[in-house]
Amino acid sequence: MEVIGKSVIRKEALDKVTGRAKYTNDFHSVSMLTGHKVISPFGHAKIVDIDTEGAWKVPGVRAILSGNHYPLTGEAIRDRPVIAVDKVRYHGEVVALVIADSPEQAKKAGDLIKVQYELLPVVNSPTQAFQKDAPLVHEQSGEYKKEEDSDPVPGTNIANHIKIRKGNLDQGWSESETMVEASFSFAPSDHAAMETRCATAEILPDGNIIIMTSSQAPYMVKRLISDFFGEDIGKIIVHTPFVGGGYGGKAPVQLELLAYVASKEVGGKPVKIFNTREEDIITSPCHIGLDATVKLGADRTGKIRAAEIQFLWDGGAYSDKAIDVTRSGAVDCTGPYKIENVWCDSYCMYTNHPYASPYRGFSHSELTFVIERTIDLLAQKLNMDPLEIRYINAIKPGDTTPTRVRLNESNVGNLQKCIEKVRELFHWDKGAVQKIDERFVRVKGVSCSWKTSTIDTNAPSGAILTFNPDGSINLMSGLVEIGTGTKTVLAQILAERLKMNVDNIHVRMEVDTQTMPEHFKTVASRGTFMAGRAVLKAAEDVIKQLKDVASCVLRAPKEDLEVAESRVFLRDDPTIGLHFKEIGYGYKYPNGNAIGGQIIGRGNYILRHLTPLDPETGEGKPGPEWSVAAYAVEIEFDRRNLTYRVIKACSVVDAGKVLNEKAALGQVMGAMSMGIAFACRETFYFDELGRVLNPQLRTYRPLRYGENPEYLVGFVESPQLDAPYGARGIGELGLMGMPGAIGNALSIAADVSLQNLPLIPELIWKTKEASK
Amino acid sequence: MLPFDFEYYKPETLKEAVDLYQYLDQQGKRPMFFSGGTELITLGRIDLAYTDAVIDIKDIAECKVLQVSGDHVLLGSTLTLTQIEKANLFPLLTKTASQVADHTARGKITLGGNICAQIFYREAVLPFLLADSQVLIVGSEGKQVIPINEIFLGQLRLRKGEFLVQIATESRFVRAPFISIKRRQQWDMGYPLITIAALKTHDLVRVAISGLCPFPFRSKEVEAAFNNKGLSIEERVEGALEVMPDPLLDDVEGSAEYRLFVLKNLLFDVLGALDDVRV
Amino acid sequence: MITVRSADTLLYTLRAKLGLTGAKPGCLNGDCGACSVNIDGWPMKSCLMLAVEAIGKKVTTIEGLQNTPIQQAFIENFAFQCGYCTPGFIMNCHSLIEQQPDADDETIKEWLESNICRCTGYAEIERAVKSVLKKK
Repeated sequence: MEVIGKSVIRKEALDKVTGRAKYTNDFHSVSMLTGHKVISPFGHAKIVDIDTEGAWKVPGVRAILSGNHYPLTGEAIRDRPVIAVDKVRYHGEVVALVIADSPEQAKKAGDLIKVQYELLPVVNSPTQAFQKDAPLVHEQSGEYKKEEDSDPVPGTNIANHIKIRKGNLDQGWSESETMVEASFSFAPSDHAAMETRCATAEILPDGNIIIMTSSQAPYMVKRLISDFFGEDIGKIIVHTPFVGGGYGGKAPVQLELLAYVASKEVGGKPVKIFNTREEDIITSPCHIGLDATVKLGADRTGKIRAAEIQFLWDGGAYSDKAIDVTRSGAVDCTGPYKIENVWCDSYCMYTNHPYASPYRGFSHSELTFVIERTIDLLAQKLNMDPLEIRYINAIKPGDTTPTRVRLNESNVGNLQKCIEKVRELFHWDKGAVQKIDERFVRVKGVSCSWKTSTIDTNAPSGAILTFNPDGSINLMSGLVEIGTGTKTVLAQILAERLKMNVDNIHVRMEVDTQTMPEHFKTVASRGTFMAGRAVLKAAEDVIKQLKDVASCVLRAPKEDLEVAESRVFLRDDPTIGLHFKEIGYGYKYPNGNAIGGQIIGRGNYILRHLTPLDPETGEGKPGPEWSVAAYAVEIEFDRRNLTYRVIKACSVVDAGKVLNEKAALGQVMGAMSMGIAFACRETFYFDELGRVLNPQLRTYRPLRYGENPEYLVGFVESPQLDAPYGARGIGELGLMGMPGAIGNALSIAADVSLQNLPLIPELIWKTKEASK
Repeated sequence: MLPFDFEYYKPETLKEAVDLYQYLDQQGKRPMFFSGGTELITLGRIDLAYTDAVIDIKDIAECKVLQVSGDHVLLGSTLTLTQIEKANLFPLLTKTASQVADHTARGKITLGGNICAQIFYREAVLPFLLADSQVLIVGSEGKQVIPINEIFLGQLRLRKGEFLVQIATESRFVRAPFISIKRRQQWDMGYPLITIAALKTHDLVRVAISGLCPFPFRSKEVEAAFNNKGLSIEERVEGALEVMPDPLLDDVEGSAEYRLFVLKNLLFDVLGALDDVRV
Repeated sequence: MITVRSADTLLYTLRAKLGLTGAKPGCLNGDCGACSVNIDGWPMKSCLMLAVEAIGKKVTTIEGLQNTPIQQAFIENFAFQCGYCTPGFIMNCHSLIEQQPDADDETIKEWLESNICRCTGYAEIERAVKSVLKKK
C-alpha cells in the first residue's frame, strides 16, 4: 500500500504550529455579548431567593436569566433544567446567567447577584445513593419524559438499571474451586481538555439559529435544540472549528443550550458562553466515578467459570450520557474473558456530584480497573502467573460476550497475540519483581481490556467529494478534528483507494452542519470506521463517474479503465487517458462542446445489525466489533516512603491495520499518559457539602512533561473485515488498561490490595496502616 | 482579566512608593504593593483579592539588588525566582526556590511576593529562617533592618504601608552544608505535603518546614530535640515530631497523620545527609 | 498604539485588543502554560502578567515565529494533536533552545513541565525539542 500505514503529515499541521488554527473562543466580534454564569456553591440546596437588583445596575447588562422554567433537557431522560429552578443538585450548577456587553461587566453583575440557599442533605456517593433511606436527588424522577430504554425507579436515586443474565450462575459457582470477591471505589474526575468548553449562539431575523461550539457532536446540538425547544431542525446551523481536545467531555450538549436561551432573551444578538477552567471542571459534565463489587470463580485450571458484578456508577446530579455509560459498562462487564455464567447489575445512580459524561473508553477504563484487579487477586489465590491466567481465559472467536454476541475472526481482535507480544516486549519471563536494594524494588503489573462501542443502532456517517479545476479533491465529512488526526487519515483512505497523491486531497477541517453530511458524533473511536466507510463509498462513486465520462471521451468500455495518479486511463495502455483536471469539471471537446459536468462524489454508512438490549437478560448486539489490548507497566517502589514512579508502560493494541503510524503511536501513547494520570493522581475531592475542593489545574493535576514513563507500544494487525483496510478503533485502548496494570504492580510492591483510585502514596500508606 | 479596575503606579524610589501608599490609603483606595503580582491576578480573578490602586515596586533600584557585599549576600525583593536561581548566590535558596510552582511561573513570581504571599507554603522564606538573615523593610518611618526570625512569625509581620526591600544573608551560612527536599502528594507538580530545608552550622542541624502547618516555620524546640545527641537517631526524630507547632494541615493534599509520616522520613533523610548518621 | 485597562492581563490584551489569538486561555491562573509568550526572550505566562507590565519590553507571540526549527520539529514528530497547548509549548521550547542551547535532560524537564499537554504522552514533544537542540 502506498499511503495507508505511512506517517503522512497532518493536514492541519502548519496551522497548529503557527497559532493560526482557530478554536471557538478565538472567534469574537464587536457585537458579541458575553454570558456569565452564576453557579451554585453547594452540592444540594433549595433556592430560596435570587436577588438581581444590584446586578441590573451594572452598565452594559442586557439580561439576567434565572428561575425560568425552560423545557427540561437531557439525552436519555429529560431531568435537567437549563438553569436551575427551585433547587440546585450539584456544586457548579448554573443558577443564573447574566448577559452583558463585555466579559468584565457580565462578571461584575454576576458577583452582585445574591442567591439565598437552604441546605439539603447531600448524596455524596453512589453507594450512599443506593441506600434505602437516602435523600432523593430527584423527587419526581418517574415523571420525566424519557427514551424507551431508560427506566428511573421512582422514589429512589436509580436513574437506570441494566441487567446482564447469561448462563447459569449457580452452575458457574459449582464448577468453581476458587472464588474471590472484592469491592472498589473511586470518585469522579475530569477530562481536563486544554480548551475549556465554549459556545456562541445568534438567532437571525429569518429564524436561523447559528451556533458555534467546541463540540464533539455538532449534529447532536442541532437535534437536541430542535427536540428540546421545538425549533425547526433545518434552521439550526452548527459550526465547529478546531476542538482543543474532547476525550468524551465535549460529546454532551450543555453550553449550546445556555447560549441559545441567552441569545433568544436579547433579541437574537450573538452571545458567547465561555467556561473558565473552574466552570469547565465542575459546571460542565465530568468523568464518571464508580463503586463496584466483583466476584469471580475459577476451576482448578484457572478457567473462570462465573462472574457476578455490581456497578454503581456515579451519574451525578443529572443522568444525561451516564445512562449510556452505565449500559456500556454492563455490555463488556467481564473484561475480555470467556465466561459462560455472568450476572451483572449496572446501576446509574443520581448523586449530588457534577454530572457525568463519556470519558475516553466510555466506562471501560473504569470497569477494566475493577476487573483486572480482581483477576490479579484470583491469580494470587490460584498461585498462577498473572499473564498466564489472562492468556488462558482470553476471549476468542467462537466465544460469546456478556450480551451473547457470538464472536468471529473479524469482530474481535486477537487478545492472545497481544498478550504474547507484551510478554516479549516487556521481558515478562525475566520475572515480575526485581529487588534493587533493601528499600527500592521494581515491579511489573499487567492487564487486558476490550471494548465495543455502544452507539445508536442507526448512527450515520456521510462524506462528499468535490473536484477543483486542477484535479485535486476536496473531502468533506461531518467528523470533528478534535486532535486525533482522523481527518488526515480519511484523506489517506481516499488517496489509497484512488491511488493518488494524498497532497492533492484537501480536507475541510471545520464542520458546518448545514452544508456537510452528518457524522453521528466524533466519539467512541468510530471516526475512522464509519467516516472511512463513507469516504470509500464516495470514492467508488467518484470512480464510477470519472469512468463514465472518460469512457465516452476515450471511446473505451468502462471495464477497460483504471484510476490512479489522478488519471483515468486504459489498463492495457496507460498512455491513453485523461487527467482529473480534464474531467473533474466536465470534459470540453476541442470544438467547445462539453459533457459530464462537475463530479460530486457522495458516500454514506450506517451501522448494521445492532439491536437494543433485552431489558431482562441484556441479550442483544450493542456494537459492531470488539477491539482488544494487553498492557504491562513497571514501577519503581520506595518501600520506606511508599512512593513510586512509573518507569515503563507498554500497550499492545490490535489495530486491525495501522493507517498512519506516527498518528497511531501518538493516539496510544497519549491515551496511556491520560490513563496514568487517571490512575495515579486525578480525582475530585468532595467535602461534606458535596463541593469539589480542587477545581483548578493547580490542584487538579494532569500529567506533566517528565512524569511520563518510557512508552513501549506494539501493534497486532488482525483485520476487521468490514472496516476500511481492516482498521479497528485504537484511540481509547491505550488508556483503559493503565489503572489496572499500575494497581496490580503497586499491590504486589506494597503487599496490600489497592482497590481505590487515584493510587497516591497516601492511599498506599492508609491501606497499609489499616491492614496492620 | 480582572473584574475590577485599579490605578497603576510605578514609583522609582522607596520614598515615592511609601508616600504613594499613604496618599492612596488616605483616599480609601486600599493600595497594594505589587512585585510579581501573580497572587493579585489569580486571586483577584476569583474575587479573593481586591485593590483600587497598585503600586508596582519593580523599578525601585534597592529592590532589584543581587550582589555579594562584603560578607553578605544581598537579594532584592522584586528579583524573580529564576533570576535568583540563575545567579545562584545562595545555593540553599536556589534549590528551595526551584521547587516552587514551575519554571515559567518562577519567571514572574518574586522573592518578596513569595515570602509575603497569602498561600500557606511560602517556601522561599525557609533558607532565610535557617540563615538568621536580616530583612530590610521600608515604611513611613523609613528603613529598618530586622532579623528575619524576629519579624517572620508564621508570616512577615509588616505594618500597614511597609514593604520588604532586601534580605541580607551572611556568607558563612550561604556556604554551610544544606539539604532541601520537597515532597508532594504525587510526583513533581503541586503544592508541598512537606518541604524541608536544613542547614548545618557549628555541628548543629537547623531545620525549617513548610506544608506541615498553615505557615512555614523554624522552631527552636524542634531543633533542640533534633540535635539532642545523647539520644538515638529514632529518639531524636520522635522528639522533634512531638514538639511540632499547631495546627497541622489536613486537606486535599494530605491528611495531618500522613504529613507526619512524610515528615518523619524526611527528618531521617536530613540527619542522613547532614549529620553523617546511617539511617 | 493601543489603550488598555491597568487590570487587563497581557493575554487578554493580545487576544481581544490585538487579535493575536495564538496564545490560548487554558486556566487564566498560571497553571497550564497555554498562553505562554516570550518576554525579552524568556518564557512568560501571559495570563500572569498585566499588559502595563509589558511596556517597553519585547513581546514575542507564536504569530511572531515563522519557519523556526522547533515548529518544523513539532510537525515532523507529531508533537501536537488537538493543537491547543501547542503555541504555548512552542514558545517555551523556543525560548529554551535560544537561552539554553546545551540544555540537558534535567533542564529540559525543568522548563517544559510548565506546560500541560493533554493529548500527547510528551515523548513526541521530547523528541521534537531534542532534535532541535542536537542540531544547535
